[in-house]
Amino acid sequence: MAQQAVGITGFGGYVPRLRLQRKAVAQANAWIAPNFLGKGKGERSMANWDEDAITMAVEAGRDLLGAGDDRSHVDALYFGSTSMPFKDRLNSGIIAAALTLDENVRAVDVASTQRADTSALMQALAAVKGGEARNAVVLAADRRKTKAVTSQELDFGDGAAAVMVGAENVIATYLGGASLTIDFVDHFKGDTEEFDYNWEERWIRDEGFAKIVPRAVKAALEKSGVSAGDIKHFVLPCIFGDKFAQQLAKRSGIAPEVARDTLALNCGETGAAHALVMLVHTLQKEAKPGDKVLVLHFGGGCDALVFEVTDKIASQAGKRGIVGSLAARVEETNYMKFLTFNGLVEWEKGMRAEQDKKTALTTLYRNEDMLMGLVGGRCKETGVVQFPRSRISVNPNNHTVDTQEPYKFADRKAKILSWSADFLSFSMNPPNHYGMVVFDEGGRIMMDFTDVETGTVDSGMEVKLVFRIKEFDDKRGFRRYFWKAVPIAASAAKSQTGQAAE
Amino acid sequence: MAAGIKDKVAILGMGCSKFGERWDAGPEELMVEAYLEAMQDAGIEPTQLDAAWFSTHIDEIGTGKGGTPLSVALRLPNIAVTRVENFCASGSEALRGAVYAVASGAADIALAVGVEKLKDTGYGGLPVGNMGTLNPQWSPSGSAPGNFAQLASAYRAKHGVNKDDLKRAIAHVSVKSHANGAKNPKAHLRNPVTEEQVMGAPMIAEPLGLFDCCGVSDGAAAAIVTTPEIAKAMGKSNIVTVKAMQLSVSNGLESQHNSWDGSYFHTARIAAKKAYKEAGIDNPREEVSMMEVHDCFSITELVTMEDLFISPEGGAVKDVMDGFYDADGKVPCQIDGGLKCFGHPIGASGLRMAYEMYLQLQGRAGERQLANPKIGLTHNLGGAPSQNVCSVTIIGAHGA
Repeated sequence: MAQQAVGITGFGGYVPRLRLQRKAVAQANAWIAPNFLGKGKGERSMANWDEDAITMAVEAGRDLLGAGDDRSHVDALYFGSTSMPFKDRLNSGIIAAALTLDENVRAVDVASTQRADTSALMQALAAVKGGEARNAVVLAADRRKTKAVTSQELDFGDGAAAVMVGAENVIATYLGGASLTIDFVDHFKGDTEEFDYNWEERWIRDEGFAKIVPRAVKAALEKSGVSAGDIKHFVLPCIFGDKFAQQLAKRSGIAPEVARDTLALNCGETGAAHALVMLVHTLQKEAKPGDKVLVLHFGGGCDALVFEVTDKIASQAGKRGIVGSLAARVEETNYMKFLTFNGLVEWEKGMRAEQDKKTALTTLYRNEDMLMGLVGGRCKETGVVQFPRSRISVNPNNHTVDTQEPYKFADRKAKILSWSADFLSFSMNPPNHYGMVVFDEGGRIMMDFTDVETGTVDSGMEVKLVFRIKEFDDKRGFRRYFWKAVPIAASAAKSQTGQAAE
Repeated sequence: MAAGIKDKVAILGMGCSKFGERWDAGPEELMVEAYLEAMQDAGIEPTQLDAAWFSTHIDEIGTGKGGTPLSVALRLPNIAVTRVENFCASGSEALRGAVYAVASGAADIALAVGVEKLKDTGYGGLPVGNMGTLNPQWSPSGSAPGNFAQLASAYRAKHGVNKDDLKRAIAHVSVKSHANGAKNPKAHLRNPVTEEQVMGAPMIAEPLGLFDCCGVSDGAAAAIVTTPEIAKAMGKSNIVTVKAMQLSVSNGLESQHNSWDGSYFHTARIAAKKAYKEAGIDNPREEVSMMEVHDCFSITELVTMEDLFISPEGGAVKDVMDGFYDADGKVPCQIDGGLKCFGHPIGASGLRMAYEMYLQLQGRAGERQLANPKIGLTHNLGGAPSQNVCSVTIIGAHGA
């Protein structure tokens, strides 16, 4: 019997909506670094203050998985990133909780290299091939912190991508791949360091990429039995420009014009997520059934994977992915805001920000599905839905006892009942918006808003829910996560007549 | 239904410190200031006190927990002191404890003192509170104005009031309180303001500007209660008695069940209905002479007018703009300046409201004295619109 084809069965993507205009950065820094004026083209994605690799990965994962309640089919989760918020706490475990995956999922963090995304993908493929997993989610995200006034600040972006690996309904069959492991140190970040230390770009380009990538390509083509001329999509993250990527493709015998968009102009390089970000972008935009795709990611050597797109690719139409994320953009020209969101400015937060944000880990664990998964309760007798779940139901007509089953809120439709824009309480992005969010199918939660356009919020507006950082505990290096409501600007017109909830 | 509290307890004496930014005084001095006035008014000795109730809300910058801070500051004769705390309605809780003790016969004379020393935080507004270990992990880290401001968005949506009209109506609420507070020597804020000033003030929490928010003040207030019989025996005339004391506490309905529309106080309506029944009031719009309500924010006062069934539902904007609640209106509200201008030292506020109603009923309110009031209502609220405790107390002339 022929071995079952294993490959990618679905994808998702997430790029934060803010796009920092490089011109604004270059101009602000021109007095000290006039050399960057030439790099002042296009825009880079910019995470909100309450986003990190985990929250972005969760968003990509939600896009991948869709809104369904049942996620029991997922039995493995691989998370690749070089900006994981925790050095010792399973980052993929936080993601699994937010995605309300079953407890028997195998969750693995893959870190320490820019090719963490492709390495995670390779592990998932191996697990499914070997029968250890049936449906493995691969997530990759990075929010790389750079010093101000660096070329990296201009080149990088924030973002995440997701793919599912399985053997059923495969949209891109895995034909084979190879990894080269070479301790070529183009940059590094020591254990105690906040920022990367970078070596000369020309050396990285000419001695690193130009020599190592073609070797990986050759090995992967051999393994997969695909000839260079058959490659229709050459996916290689690099910051040396599209021309350089085309040259590398050509050097490997691949048509230069199939070197795919590095998204340098409209996104920036999303670090350890970028190979998957580019892959998802390619699958959405250009890939056709039968196309062979070569995915590469450089870092401590190079990973190379070859896929063949199937006609099942049509099943992914309608996903936000990377294409949809890139389209949902808000221009940001305030470089100071970027610096502040990234902790690069010591600013006066006021005494209100002094409040201790210590998290009781006991409480967190006791209420894990509520806090991480936004799971409330639904009364089995009356059908009344509520948040949080409680032993005695809130239903005013029938306070039933011990009748509630878990009920997931994160993907339900909801609207704003009441709100305010608060200038008094501390916020990383004032005014602090929050309000009562009422769900169409029952239940309500008083919650923080995020990604808000000040001045557009009103009662009746629709919201979507996102998993975000709730608070930083700088004293202990901890951070809390919870869900927030994002007002959907397009729904503002509909709400103007103003309808109260029933 | 229980027989209720009506006319079982009389107010023997009351006192209130000057409210404001009392850089000169700690909580102990503020308590003494209110206590000495109340004792002089009552004309009794400390040894005549049987028990005391002590309200204060914020431990971290206040007096500390337990009953000892009151007992030590006032050098009470080792009597029972119970500390009570129910958010911003704490002062009414102290009074309720003392009143219930007398009504039960367990005490002949009981003392209630409330205090808050808010101006030791180093910043404006109320201190950032600690809500335990679970709440901070999901509830918005907002502020009081941000929570109460939400009434405005929900009220606008429900009643189809446009932004500008509601903004002007709540501005009028504050203008009226400033006019009243200017006549009160113990008030924190004593400057009259115009609607234009209020509407042009810096935004605190949309749509509440600076003048839509009450004063954050230091202060203390005290009450001494006994039975009408003892008061008479002590030679008191013009006796003021308690007609009703009701407290309603949210059970999570507003914050968790979609039957609440966010534009009113569910608890206030329950407490008001019960209080009117206890006091024997059938038509509050006609029978209540005056009110001190919990005007922590102008929008709170506006919607409360409907919750207390003084204004018809959806009719508060019109009543406010018609001057119905002004000093010369049908039911003067916040005649002492209210939380807005008298100030809001949390643990003292409920007692401060009763203090003004008591002075008015005894004809001792000086420049702001109303003509012949018979029934005074206090409404003291703690928490946020979506989850709160609400106290409604009615006092009046004995026999009224």
